[in-house]
Amino acid sequence: MLFTSYGFIAFVAVVLVLYYVVPKKTQCMLLLAASYFFYAFSGLWNFAFILAVTVSCFIIARVIARMKAREDDTVEKNRDAWEKEERKAYRAKQKKRRLRVLVLGVIINIGILAVIKYTEFAVTNVNSLLSLFGVNKISVPSFILPLGISFFTFQSVSYLIDVYRGKTFAEQNFARFALFVSFFPQLVQGPISRHSDLANQLYEPHKFDGVKVKFGLQRILWGFFKKLVIADRIAVAISALTNTDNNYGGAYVFVLIIFYSIQIYADFTGGIDITIGIAEALGMKLAENFNRPFSSRSTKEYWNRWHMTMGNWFNDYIFMPLSVTKPLLKLSKTARSKNNRFMKGLGKRIPVYTATTVTWFTTGLWHGAAWNFIVWGMLNCLVILVSQELEPLYRRFRGRFPKLVASYPYHCFAVTRTFLLMGLIRSLDCYRNVSVTFASWGSMFTSFNWGEVFGGGLLGLGLDIVDYVIIAVAVLVVFTVSKLGEKRDIREALVGKTALSWTLTGLVLMAILLFGAYGTDFASIPSIYGQF
Amino acid sequence: MKKKIIISVAFLFAIIILIALLTPLLVPKAIGENRLTGEYYESAGENDVIFLGDCEVYETFIPAILWEEYGISSYVRGTPQQLIWQSYYILEETFKYEKPKAVVFNVYSLKYGEPTEQSKINNRLTLDSMRWSKTKIDAINASMTEDENFLEYLIPFLAYHHRITELNKNDFEFWFKSPPNASDSGYLMQTGVVPAKASDGAPKEPLDLDFSQTAIDYLDKIKNICDANGCELILVKAPPNHPSYYWFDEYELQTEEYARKNGLKYYNLIEKENEIGIDWSKDTYDAGWHLNVYGAEKTSRYFGKILSEECGIEDRRNDAELSQRWNNNLRMYKERKETMEEEK
Repeated sequence: MLFTSYGFIAFVAVVLVLYYVVPKKTQCMLLLAASYFFYAFSGLWNFAFILAVTVSCFIIARVIARMKAREDDTVEKNRDAWEKEERKAYRAKQKKRRLRVLVLGVIINIGILAVIKYTEFAVTNVNSLLSLFGVNKISVPSFILPLGISFFTFQSVSYLIDVYRGKTFAEQNFARFALFVSFFPQLVQGPISRHSDLANQLYEPHKFDGVKVKFGLQRILWGFFKKLVIADRIAVAISALTNTDNNYGGAYVFVLIIFYSIQIYADFTGGIDITIGIAEALGMKLAENFNRPFSSRSTKEYWNRWHMTMGNWFNDYIFMPLSVTKPLLKLSKTARSKNNRFMKGLGKRIPVYTATTVTWFTTGLWHGAAWNFIVWGMLNCLVILVSQELEPLYRRFRGRFPKLVASYPYHCFAVTRTFLLMGLIRSLDCYRNVSVTFASWGSMFTSFNWGEVFGGGLLGLGLDIVDYVIIAVAVLVVFTVSKLGEKRDIREALVGKTALSWTLTGLVLMAILLFGAYGTDFASIPSIYGQF
Repeated sequence: MKKKIIISVAFLFAIIILIALLTPLLVPKAIGENRLTGEYYESAGENDVIFLGDCEVYETFIPAILWEEYGISSYVRGTPQQLIWQSYYILEETFKYEKPKAVVFNVYSLKYGEPTEQSKINNRLTLDSMRWSKTKIDAINASMTEDENFLEYLIPFLAYHHRITELNKNDFEFWFKSPPNASDSGYLMQTGVVPAKASDGAPKEPLDLDFSQTAIDYLDKIKNICDANGCELILVKAPPNHPSYYWFDEYELQTEEYARKNGLKYYNLIEKENEIGIDWSKDTYDAGWHLNVYGAEKTSRYFGKILSEECGIEDRRNDAELSQRWNNNLRMYKERKETMEEEK
């Protein structure tokens, strides 16, 4: 059930009405039923996967919690009998045992994801290697990726780790935990919520709050505006530009970078607006996933503003733990102990660089089982590490030209540079093929011809002049709203201005109804991140 | 709280009003094919013969000529590539309005057992102007392709909202008023002449030449509903036989067999083109795919005789009230022909 389908809109409307009609105690059961009903639409077989993840995480988290409770109990009982050292040794031993259980849980869940998502990719690559030696190929298994598996697996694994770290409680009620894993608005494309943030909101009763419902519905509308008026309309041009038969190179690659940046932004932030809006109408607050990413002045800043819940997940569960692992710290220490400037510098960098590389490699792999995603991740990693290395130089530059760096033109330059660099790397995800992408990048230096693009070429991409006008105006509206919302949520600013608030809502609704790319004459386009 | 509810309801009401106002602007008006179904209702009631089928019927049989020559009161209920299930539901609807003595069904659509590539467009042309009833709901459900949604039939705004960027003078002119009838009792006139080409190539034989069970089931339903209403079902194949829409021998044999088994009259007019006098260099407006008005007049005269002599359809020219209506129709038909010929 696509977010933009009539079925989904009707489904959300029914859930919203029922949610505030049923007794408060049963609200979370209603949400679970609704979430499973929504998931059933993606195929009943997919249930096996979400159930496997739910059951395994539920049991393992309880085992970890019980072990911790038993540990605390034993320590308490032996408070007087044990020396401090004895107590520490016992705790360390118990922690190791809990860690083993946690590792088992992570392996089971990441294992399910890995088998389903990466087997085909792995076997295909093994076959390529085997063919070099003339060895017979292994048959390539093919799995259908269950809806949202990357999202609900990561959310569940974070729950396990947080229970282990004592950051959240182990859920006692299976149905409640099942709701945490399957909460339908965020099942397709996130945000990846933490149990400590979401669980209680999901389980506690919610009274009808007119303001929250109105705010939620307005946010949903805003999401539909971005998705239907911008993303799905511009999608035609992107599909034409990436069709290798069309052979669009040179200046068209630049056009693709701009268009795809617009599409993915409108598609993903639009989808997240719909998700957060539904949760808000249900009385809950989900984590924000974006913070005006295209206004970033550097790659690092961009990644702190784009898909924030995923970034935080990788930071908390991969980067941070990895950068403080004993072998890395030991290696770093050894290098630093050498009486050599290079080795000292290297020693300082080993933990961070290794953790950054692994984090970006897995980030790339998380997006998809294909080389283009891995290369995408590694290029992001490279840009971040190079920027880090150049930081002293930047610092010197900033110190020497403080006025220039603080000026608006320089700000615009930094924002444009980051936007284009990220767009260039992002085109890997658009072409879905490393060699085609690199060839396209190359063509920007060999056959760049603006005349071709603006001499009618743009009108050959499946969009007419009216489409371009609609997209341009809609992008301008989104940009303006984003600017206005920098300091204060626009919806809050409109509280008390009833006529203006309703007029703007009506205008957005009519813009969607009239200019949205929906209905029989437009292809239904699933959310881009839903495919990851 | 009460104020908030009132404002919310007023907001929704305003949006509904806006949609209702914009819908007639957005619905396409420039083409005649999408009005064929809807134009029937003003003439429903006293037709002795109903022609049923696809473009071959609305480009072949001219009720005005049948009246002029034989006093036959008839109507053509045909739409572009009208599939057999649509013909059935249109006939079911027809029987709610009148009790014709004969239904002439053009058999070409028997070759389709499922929606075609053009069905998404043609479904709308056939069903949009049909009056709402259970029959229309059934017709929609039977016709919808996978890409279509019932809601878009219920709220045409959703289907045609994209036309906001392609509105023309016609759309504004007929925003709040109906455009003049596009047809003459369901016949859609074409006066152009584009000769058929011998170079159009040999017909491409499909993989399966057997009529599907779906098509046969619907033909059974058409026959049963005719029987139930005391109406004779007559099968006909209109004269066009372009290689792209070829009537293969296998189709012919199956149709003959069906007619024989069920005691139905069947007239294959492809075989009668010489008797009719069709000249494919003059009597077609699109190189042999369909007849133009000259070919259609010849065919109508020929087939009117069959209806009159072999099928016993009575001459109603003595009925003063009916004559008045039909003479008016005939005058309008002639005027339209004259105008279109002048514009050529």
